[in-house]
Amino acid sequence: MIKTLIGQIKEYKINTIKSPLYVIIEVIMEVLIPYLMSVLVDQGIDKGDMGIVWKIGGIMIVCAFIGLWAGAQSGKHAAIASSGFAKNLRKAEYENIQKFAFSNIDQYSTGGLITRMTTDITNVQMAFQMIIRICVRAPFMLIAALSMCFFINFELSLIFIGVIIFLGIALFAVSFIVHPVFEKMFKKYDALNASVQENISGIRVVKAFVREKFETNKFHKESGDIYSLQLKAEKILIWNMPLMQMSMYGAILMISWFGANMIVGSSLTTGELMSLFTYTANILMSLMMFSMVFVMVVMSIASGERIAAVINQKSDLVSPKNGIKEIKNGQIDFEDVYFEYTNIQDEANYVLDNIDLHIPSGSTLGILGATGSAKSSLVQLIPRLYDVTGGSVKVAGIDVRNYDLESLRNSVAMVLQKNVLFSGTIKENMRWGNPDATDEEIKEACQLAQADEFIQKMPDKYDTYIEQGGTNVSGGQRQRLCIARALLKKPKILILDDSTSAVDTKTDALIRQAFMEKIPETTRIIISQRVSSIQDSDQILVLDEGRISGLGTHEELLKSNTLYRETFMEQQKGGSLSE
Amino acid sequence: MNNKKKPTNGLSRIISLAIKNYKLSCLFILIFILVSCFANVYGSTFLKDLIDVYIVPMLSQEVPNFGPLIQALLTLALIYLTGILCTYLYNRILLNVALGTLRDVRDNLFEHMETLPIGYFDTHAHGDMMSIYTNDTDTLRQLLTMAVPQMIVSIVTMISVLVSMLILDIPLTIVAIVIAIIMVGVSRFVTSRSARYFRAQQNDLGKVNGFIEEMIEGTKVIKVFCHEEQSIKDFDVVNDQLFHASANANLFANILMPIIGNLGYLSYVITAIVGSMMAVNHIGGLTLGTIAAFLQLNRSFNNPIGQISQQINSVVMAGAGATRIFELLDAESEVDEGRVTLTPVTVLDNGEIQETDKNTGHWCWKHPREDGTVDYVPWRGDVRFHDVVFGYNEKKTILHDINLFAKPGEKIAFVGATGAGKTTITNLINRFYDIQQGSITYDGIDIKLIKKDDLRHSLGIVLQDTNLFTGTIMDNIRYGKLDATDDECIKAAKLANAHDFIKHLDHGYQTVITGSGTSLSQGQKQLLSIARAAVANPPVLILDEATSSIDTHTERIVQDGMDKLMQGRTVFVIAHRLSTIQNSDAIMVLENGRIIERGNHDELLKKKGTYYQLYTGAFELE
Repeated sequence: MIKTLIGQIKEYKINTIKSPLYVIIEVIMEVLIPYLMSVLVDQGIDKGDMGIVWKIGGIMIVCAFIGLWAGAQSGKHAAIASSGFAKNLRKAEYENIQKFAFSNIDQYSTGGLITRMTTDITNVQMAFQMIIRICVRAPFMLIAALSMCFFINFELSLIFIGVIIFLGIALFAVSFIVHPVFEKMFKKYDALNASVQENISGIRVVKAFVREKFETNKFHKESGDIYSLQLKAEKILIWNMPLMQMSMYGAILMISWFGANMIVGSSLTTGELMSLFTYTANILMSLMMFSMVFVMVVMSIASGERIAAVINQKSDLVSPKNGIKEIKNGQIDFEDVYFEYTNIQDEANYVLDNIDLHIPSGSTLGILGATGSAKSSLVQLIPRLYDVTGGSVKVAGIDVRNYDLESLRNSVAMVLQKNVLFSGTIKENMRWGNPDATDEEIKEACQLAQADEFIQKMPDKYDTYIEQGGTNVSGGQRQRLCIARALLKKPKILILDDSTSAVDTKTDALIRQAFMEKIPETTRIIISQRVSSIQDSDQILVLDEGRISGLGTHEELLKSNTLYRETFMEQQKGGSLSE
Repeated sequence: MNNKKKPTNGLSRIISLAIKNYKLSCLFILIFILVSCFANVYGSTFLKDLIDVYIVPMLSQEVPNFGPLIQALLTLALIYLTGILCTYLYNRILLNVALGTLRDVRDNLFEHMETLPIGYFDTHAHGDMMSIYTNDTDTLRQLLTMAVPQMIVSIVTMISVLVSMLILDIPLTIVAIVIAIIMVGVSRFVTSRSARYFRAQQNDLGKVNGFIEEMIEGTKVIKVFCHEEQSIKDFDVVNDQLFHASANANLFANILMPIIGNLGYLSYVITAIVGSMMAVNHIGGLTLGTIAAFLQLNRSFNNPIGQISQQINSVVMAGAGATRIFELLDAESEVDEGRVTLTPVTVLDNGEIQETDKNTGHWCWKHPREDGTVDYVPWRGDVRFHDVVFGYNEKKTILHDINLFAKPGEKIAFVGATGAGKTTITNLINRFYDIQQGSITYDGIDIKLIKKDDLRHSLGIVLQDTNLFTGTIMDNIRYGKLDATDDECIKAAKLANAHDFIKHLDHGYQTVITGSGTSLSQGQKQLLSIARAAVANPPVLILDEATSSIDTHTERIVQDGMDKLMQGRTVFVIAHRLSTIQNSDAIMVLENGRIIERGNHDELLKKKGTYYQLYTGAFELE
């Protein structure tokens, strides 16, 4: 994981290195100043030598300014490095997700991917900044201040070693004990938030069933649980401050006593004693910071792992080297195709079982079947959104795995069942199909998809802005826009996966008629719940739990296929089934 | 009315809330902080005495007398111990106050939210409401557990150090104050800059998150259109923007501490030089010990400035968070002036009606009159609309002059295009919204007079969105009637055709589902929501059909479940498929908020109007 993440520092390596270097300069100055102070007191003030006071004072001011400059530089580089690191991580994740196969996308939930690209990155960015600034600063400060102490007086410095060991053990013990409690608390937090989320989106149900009090009581209980867990965690955490003070005060008392003895015994000067006091604070503060950073870094490890998993995820599908770029025609052949979503070989779990199907170029295939009968799975194999588990799918007589992926997908236009428009104008959305499409071409495609009429009624026509998710057009309109977008690709094969479910039957018929007249050479595959949408297809495929239940024309299937006949009869009756 | 804008200062309100609820604790916290600071300051000033009073005299003694030093150190140790104790105590009490306040805020938020009218949820983005519970309370946590105590300690320390400094030497104190003022100025400049960039960062972060959300949702479409490269290019633009804002925001936050820290050293040096000059030249009777102690104090004086300015960002953020929290808390609750309640009764032999506590299966509306008498109206399920006019706001009227009546046991269907007002009509019956003109009566009583809880209890509802709650399947069915036995729930599930699929789940009725019910199919969720309404067993039912496409088989099961539920009840159906409503007693065709056609299926077909066109597929329903 660490290797993957560090690999993303890239152009910010210099900033990443510079920041701790400047920190070192800053720390040296910070450590030097108290020492100079003791010299100033001992040799300047004690002896009444104003010359030395000025000289040492001058050096100290220079040191302070160098410290300021170095500190600011380090802050600047740390900011750039951590923000840049976050930017690169985000970019790396995004780019790799773009390479994902459908099976990879299924593996992560969309919500999960979003968290990995937002919250997780923020966590890692903060931790990274901490590491390059404080993780260098704290130990270096500790060592430098300690060396200075040893330089001033060896015996007294041994006190520090004792105190450091005591505080170090105590702080780590606190972090160690508190960590699992915090983990538990965060989990509870998620549960609490989930219950708020449920209540906000389900408020109508809550109110309709008059369950406000019931929900409030449920919430009170949960929030009470969080309170106790949080109290339990923070009760341990607040020991940090008294422990810190205990060490600091203990050190001051001991240094005062032994220091006084030494001064009396002439092995220590008053100035040196004073600087030792200053170092006490430096040493203990750096320990404190260290424990803080420790907790934070530990917390961000989980985030880092999640990010690395996305970056390292190898796509299940790659375009072959020197893949064939030209797709000659729209002929499709399924030969003994087996398919399952997970790659574990398990005969019982085939989503598609022994499919043998041949669709001539320029013909129309209708597909009918219940939910879960693998209609979508079948057609998704054609543009190679998934790879077959066994057998082969051929387009124009060549296995799809031998085509260049982009060329294949550009020739096989697919309108997905769960389709989306993106925020932007209608024109912008249409140009997804073909970035170079002229306005006339866009209009033509929309006319084919029977979308031109309602677009013309919109205030800004083709420049109408579509909101995120296409919420400002109706379901039927959205479906027609998605069809038009696919048509702009001028595909050899067009697949409509239940893409006209919200379009009325008349318009639906008009769309099919337009296809027949304007793009007769394109192979069309139409999945629908409505028999009327597919009944005039050249071939109709009836799927039942991943197997071919029937294949033929409308008339043939009415005679030979019970499933098809029943569905047809039900829909003919207009669905008044209960009577 | 809608311009009731109170200037809410969230920050001061939240702090006064904490103080009000935890008066005694706050007092103790303050006392313990004072003692703890005093111990710290006493320690610093002791250094002056250590050198001047104890060590220097010993240097001139032939046999050094350590007695006074031992005594002084013991005193110091005692004071330190008290200080440590107080530090622990104030942190511990503060924890109760901070966490308690957080819990109170959360509880109040939720409790109040549950009382808000549906209109509030319509007009506020759910994501924004959610972030009040997460981000905004998080900032409060930061404020209460870190920023506030830190700032109190800093201010108290600064004041007590200042006093000690003044006692030690006034001219040196003036030097220190001048430098401190410069430091405050610098830190204000830096924090205001960094606050500006932090806002920019928040803004850009929102943009990037929005972009990511949209693109991740649409990844499959991106792939189908081979749009990967273009989307990476678009992403780089927003990503770079965020980088600049983030780098700037962190830059200013990062350089603050080195600036303040080193200006502190500068203050230290200048004080040292001025002090030594005064000591060497014997001005103002400064001693070596005084300078030493003063310098130590000077450090303690400057540190808090840095600490306070570090906390400013979190205070500003908490202020904004608290303001949003109070916006929700200040939102007006649903008003309920209804007095008519639903009560179980026994019918005596002479036909008289008597109130009872027992569940007799007979219910009456209990209608208290102004003259003190009480009327009992039998609960039958007769709903009428009289000239109803409604709009979500005054500007736009959604429903015009709606008149309709549903006698007990009748089935009324609404059809029409999206936005025609079908769902709105049903939302008026259970008073999710209040009508502007006209009246709606339930068993002859104006629904405005009925207590909302009782009104809603008397209506069963199956909504378009099948919102389920985290818990077992059994819990979710029991949602309709909290005291329902397991048998009642199973009976309801059987009626709703849900029993078959539940039986096949690994843990049957004890299967735990999450809120969104992702482990269940759309059809299964609908069956559960029908079972939930069935267990409540109300005489009036509102059914809003789901629009999502489910296959013919499942649809038939759902429809059958609904049909069984409808038997013997007054039913309002919002239809998205005409097939389901042909047996209705009356069908209302809505267009732009008006009923343009009414009648039963056969009558409407004969009319050859809009319904006919819908039926023959010439129009889109959705």
